[in-house]
Amino acid sequence: MANLYQLSSTSLDALFAALRADGRRILAPTDRDGHSELNPVQTPADVARDCMQTTLSAKGAVFPKVEQLLGYRLAPGQVQLADPERRAEPTVLFGIRPCEAAGFQALDAVFNWDTRDAFFNARMANLAVIAMSCTRSDEACFCTSVGGGPGATGGSDILLTPTAGGYLAEVLSDRGRAIQALAPELFSPAPADAHKADLLAQVPVAFDQPALTAKLPALFDSPLWEEQSLRCLGCGACAFVCPTCVCFDIQEEGDKQGGRRLRTWDACGFSQFTLHASGHNPRPTQAARWRQRVYHKFSIYPDRYGQLGCVGCGKCTRACPVDMNLREHLLQASQAQR
Amino acid sequence: MDVNEKAKQLLEAGTVQAVAGFQTGTRGVRRPVFLRRAEDTGRMVFDPGCRQNLAQYATRTPVKRLGRLALTLRPSGIRALLQLMAERQIQEPDVLALAVDPDGQVTELATAEAMEAHLALTADPIPAEDQALMDRLDRMTRAERWAFWRNELSRCIKCYACRSSCPMCYCGQCTMDCNRPQWVPPPSHGLGNLEYHMVRAMHLAGRCVRCGDCGRACPVGIPIHLLTFHTEAAVQAQFGQRAGASAKLDYALSTFRPDDQETFIR
Repeated sequence: MANLYQLSSTSLDALFAALRADGRRILAPTDRDGHSELNPVQTPADVARDCMQTTLSAKGAVFPKVEQLLGYRLAPGQVQLADPERRAEPTVLFGIRPCEAAGFQALDAVFNWDTRDAFFNARMANLAVIAMSCTRSDEACFCTSVGGGPGATGGSDILLTPTAGGYLAEVLSDRGRAIQALAPELFSPAPADAHKADLLAQVPVAFDQPALTAKLPALFDSPLWEEQSLRCLGCGACAFVCPTCVCFDIQEEGDKQGGRRLRTWDACGFSQFTLHASGHNPRPTQAARWRQRVYHKFSIYPDRYGQLGCVGCGKCTRACPVDMNLREHLLQASQAQR
Repeated sequence: MDVNEKAKQLLEAGTVQAVAGFQTGTRGVRRPVFLRRAEDTGRMVFDPGCRQNLAQYATRTPVKRLGRLALTLRPSGIRALLQLMAERQIQEPDVLALAVDPDGQVTELATAEAMEAHLALTADPIPAEDQALMDRLDRMTRAERWAFWRNELSRCIKCYACRSSCPMCYCGQCTMDCNRPQWVPPPSHGLGNLEYHMVRAMHLAGRCVRCGDCGRACPVGIPIHLLTFHTEAAVQAQFGQRAGASAKLDYALSTFRPDDQETFIR
């Protein structure tokens, strides 16, 4: 492959320095206060060792948990609208996993479905992703069942794969090439005997996703969803840690002098999510809400956007207080007779 | 009799229609399971990994619909059932508490009285790790404590896992979700997070059964259970009453008695 290089493990210091000299913020997994989370870092030494995945996904870098959409001032007889300052710092996401990198495509499908979302796009335009292939996985992972893989390149600008002395580096996009151009001396040609596939985690395919997607419409009234959701607590942990969950709420905060409009994360697991002003709720039970979560990702997304709304990262499973294991539940749905 | 034998016996006899227990899930974690057939009972576990307070399911409609429910419980779970009875959310015949001792033997606690007697004889200390952090917080100055919680709460994403996992948070509609009027800002910005967690801590003052589920449920690892542990301890210190000690408990913070010894209340 023409775009395949190698980086020595010590060259990351110089790469980070070059990125910072170029005015970019680097977000990477850290162990701050014992929590595995993405934070701004200065050097590779700040990056968490042995972090398989952060709890929260990287979506917060382009779709923060709260953001202001507009502000206004009220004066007698007039309203002054003000666009908030768009804070889209040039940012490099370093060390996120290929599944999370793939998640940006699912976010993009919604944020640019009809109206192009200025806030999301401003951040995406200033984002570059240096992802890290997975050399290990766990029981929650199922990327290979949803079109991804431990070394999948979709959504990454550069993909690093750890080797004995450093990394194989695939430079995958113009943004990746721009980063390479900041420190071209760090990227040396990969040895001819470099086999990326040998370095990756083994993630077995858990279920036949196209068959599942084809089958879901017929399972709508299956008792499966109530059975699976019996232990579900109805919180939003799964949705909020998900790299592709995109639902949001719009909130107004204001007084007589003025106010602001905010966008905040929302979750289809919440009972109020579909509550109508009339009092009617088309998804009145947790079973209906759990089914919606599965259908949105595996039936509605493919139908509407031609792609899945799930990247198989397993974050929802790991974050769930009652171990609602998505991989296992999808496998059950695949095997269900009715 | 261990949990599997007991569950099998209860389901076969029709004493209960469902048993809430634990089974092994992803990466060895213990997760709740609701068994309805005696032949399904072999794979239940109850060990120190089974931390969740299953009493939280006793008030949930889909679980209540299964019929009379037996629950494998730690002391905090038994406490929660009693507190739920005191708050008139469940009735004694709705549930059958199964106390599991450290060597896995199950004791049926069929009445509130039996549950009260069991609790009176069972040690239920705050876990050492939590106690250490509470002591550290107590030693802090007010400014340091404020900084600690501000830092912790800045992580909050308002997924409401703490509320959803709490056996005492059973309201069909939570004040946090009320939007006509909107009492508390829903966004998880500084004010929204602080107001939410303050309301939760105050609402659980004297009601928290100290299971710690809220803290365990938090996906971003905020030790949020320490707030309710603290308010529970304060009520206990002031009024000499611990949440869930009895099925007939007047809630210290909302009880009015004409013969109250305090003059301000009259």
